[in-house]
Amino acid sequence: MTGSIMDTFFEECEELLEAMDAGLAAIEEGDQDAETVNAVFRAVHSIKGGAGAFGLDELVAFAHNFETVFDDVRSNKLELDEKLIQLLFRASDHLSDLVTCARDGGQVDSAHHDVLIKALAEYIDEDEEELVFEPMGVGAAFEPAALPLLDAVEEEVTYDIRFHPLKEMYATGNEPYFLFQALSDLGELSVSLDENELPGFDAMEDGENYLSWELSLTTLKPRSSIEAVFEFVEGLCELSITTDGDAEAEVDALAALNAAFGVGSAEEENVVDVPLDQPAPEPVEAPALAEVETVEVPEVKSDQAAENTPVAKKDAAKAKSAGPKPTLRVELDRVDKLINAVGELIINHSMLAQQIANLDASDTRDVETELEGFKTLARDIQEGVMAIRAQPVKPLFQRMARIVREASAATGKSAKLVTVGEATEVDKTVIERLADPLTHILRNAVDHGIETPEDRAATGKDKAGEIHLTAAHRSGSVCIEVKDDGAGLNRKKIRQIAIDKGLIPENAELNDNEIDNLLFLPGFSTASEISNLSGRGVGMDVVKNAVTKLGGRVNIASTPGRGSTFSIILPLTLAVMDGMVVSVAGHTMVVPITAIVETMRGNDDMINNLGADGTLLSIRGSFVPICDVASSLGLRGDTTNEPAGVYLLVETENGDRCALAVDDIHDQRQVVIKSLDGVCGNVPGVSAATILGDGKIAMILDPESIVTASSSAAVFDTDRRMSNAIAS
Amino acid sequence: MKTKVLAIDDSRTIRNLLAACLEEAGFEYFSAVDGREGVDKYSDIDPDVVITDINMPNLDGFGVLEELRGDGINSKVPILVLTTESAADMKARARAAGATGWITKPFDDESLIFALKRVTGAAA
Repeated sequence: MTGSIMDTFFEECEELLEAMDAGLAAIEEGDQDAETVNAVFRAVHSIKGGAGAFGLDELVAFAHNFETVFDDVRSNKLELDEKLIQLLFRASDHLSDLVTCARDGGQVDSAHHDVLIKALAEYIDEDEEELVFEPMGVGAAFEPAALPLLDAVEEEVTYDIRFHPLKEMYATGNEPYFLFQALSDLGELSVSLDENELPGFDAMEDGENYLSWELSLTTLKPRSSIEAVFEFVEGLCELSITTDGDAEAEVDALAALNAAFGVGSAEEENVVDVPLDQPAPEPVEAPALAEVETVEVPEVKSDQAAENTPVAKKDAAKAKSAGPKPTLRVELDRVDKLINAVGELIINHSMLAQQIANLDASDTRDVETELEGFKTLARDIQEGVMAIRAQPVKPLFQRMARIVREASAATGKSAKLVTVGEATEVDKTVIERLADPLTHILRNAVDHGIETPEDRAATGKDKAGEIHLTAAHRSGSVCIEVKDDGAGLNRKKIRQIAIDKGLIPENAELNDNEIDNLLFLPGFSTASEISNLSGRGVGMDVVKNAVTKLGGRVNIASTPGRGSTFSIILPLTLAVMDGMVVSVAGHTMVVPITAIVETMRGNDDMINNLGADGTLLSIRGSFVPICDVASSLGLRGDTTNEPAGVYLLVETENGDRCALAVDDIHDQRQVVIKSLDGVCGNVPGVSAATILGDGKIAMILDPESIVTASSSAAVFDTDRRMSNAIAS
Repeated sequence: MKTKVLAIDDSRTIRNLLAACLEEAGFEYFSAVDGREGVDKYSDIDPDVVITDINMPNLDGFGVLEELRGDGINSKVPILVLTTESAADMKARARAAGATGWITKPFDDESLIFALKRVTGAAA
């Protein structure tokens, strides 16, 4: 039970940390509105509260310091200057680390921890710090520790308790009867009502209480247990607890109690009296009520139109915080099962369509119409289910802000992350797996892209670099772009490194794009000059691999002096894709539509032989190498005499084009992606499989790897030289 | 008839902890995610006791006290505030606003039940 609540806690922490980051970001932007500040405070406070429940002391202690500082911000005791905001950001990052450590085990950097604690402590008044360590827990003031003498009670003791509620007690909903019930749990209790104070009817005042109770409790429990029962009514009643016993102990107990409550010495020696009119412990009711009224309650704005104007932005944000849409938490597993089922449904539709087409019936039009409806519905369901898995990239982007902050701090550079399109929704798994590649790209951007403030000033740029992180939907795919305004890629250096590492021959002729793409080669790590920040033993090839595994691709564009742009293009979903069904040497296969630029039927005039077995396709005056799919998959030994009639022009990651030769194109349709993992491992040229309408399995081709595998560098080089020759 | 508890807290963790403890102890548990929802649900549920957090969005614990106590109709319903603040001023403020008592976070099951016992007489 506790385990699952703890899971809830960590889940909630994620949300709270996000809210905190969002709030801090807003504050940094200048929105120091009370509700924004309150939201951050609440987030930290809730983390602390939950952590306390699970005994996560380190987390509680840090959150407490953080919260204390933030409380002062909230009450305008502290001004939010740049320095404090930066500290709060660091504290927020650290809090996030502490949560992670609490969840996954591990240790935070204790030096860093201490530095932050110290930095936060500088903002905390000493008075406040004292409050920090006040004992917690119900009836703290009655903690046995405060009453050591009485704690030792082992024999049954009879206490005489006189209890006179003041009228104020009734305004708080406290009931003497329930208190007596609680007392009776402690031992043997007898109760008698004292109505001697009751005046004549005419003298009675409205609401006044004239009744008292005399109670006698015989118990094994210490006196503190009795006092704990009266905890809530302390100060709202006249209470005396006396025993026939040890007067000395009573005096000590009294002293301890007085110390605990900060009240002066009571008049009677063995009676604890805490009437309301005594100089009460510190802040009493009056100022409190005034404060209550300052707590802002954001109004829910229902005016939708207003949300679109920039002025209303803040209000809209408030309205959003005021009324979160109701949500339902569902196990991911269930959604995935549903997605699978929808996939099967789509396959089933294809099969049905095929069966009908094969029928020897004269008129199948009606059935076909119905089948169209079935298809539309299946698509709707599919989109609906996909939408369940889709999540906005905002949390991911928020985490990236931290990466940039850390990287800037580590390199002594000044860089700011600007995010665009945070609301763009992407499949949950994609978001999860994007974190690492994005982190790497961003670290690189700060480390290698953005120049030092001095260099930037020298070239007339703003001292602080800007990195734009953008997410957008583009024709069935998601494009995530990291664009910095730094120096751009140093191609000369990259080329030299690639040569030094033996990745390319010294005389290799590479265009800018190809040089840029050398970054993605395994083994290309500019370790010699990489700082320990981005060069954590992994190169950009890791980025490429991660993105490729998600069925996406990475592009680089760079302008010297102006900066670089890394674009990650990903499919919207990992479960279904649009594919072109083709036949290759008698096999039916699927090529992802996203990879295909155009298709064409070739004739002999268009095909040019090059060398022993190279062929080029002439398309509108330019030449593109032909790659025969059948031979590259080993389905046909010899390509020269087999005219594969149809060409699919595909574009590879580095922008090179290649014509995939296939025998025929059948159809274009949505296919359900079935992973080959665990079935036959990694097959070159094939990325996955699908089930077609006729129930047959078709391989989904990976054009990129087919092109890479089949074309030697020589072909490309020849191609370029030829193209150059033609152009000149 | 089970004792009905309405717990108002914006933290899912705390709500779950309360639910686990209270249901185990035989209380009938209701919850609200913030003060506004708590006050809105109040009359439908007609709880025997309310437990409310202090720091919440939309309507905080003091707001809950003010709205529930304000019209004088619910002056009998015990309202316990749930707070990490052990500082005396938070309790004093809560009491001034009409709170019956308080439960200090982190709470254990025993202290929670003991607090409920003192204000409702019910062990469950």
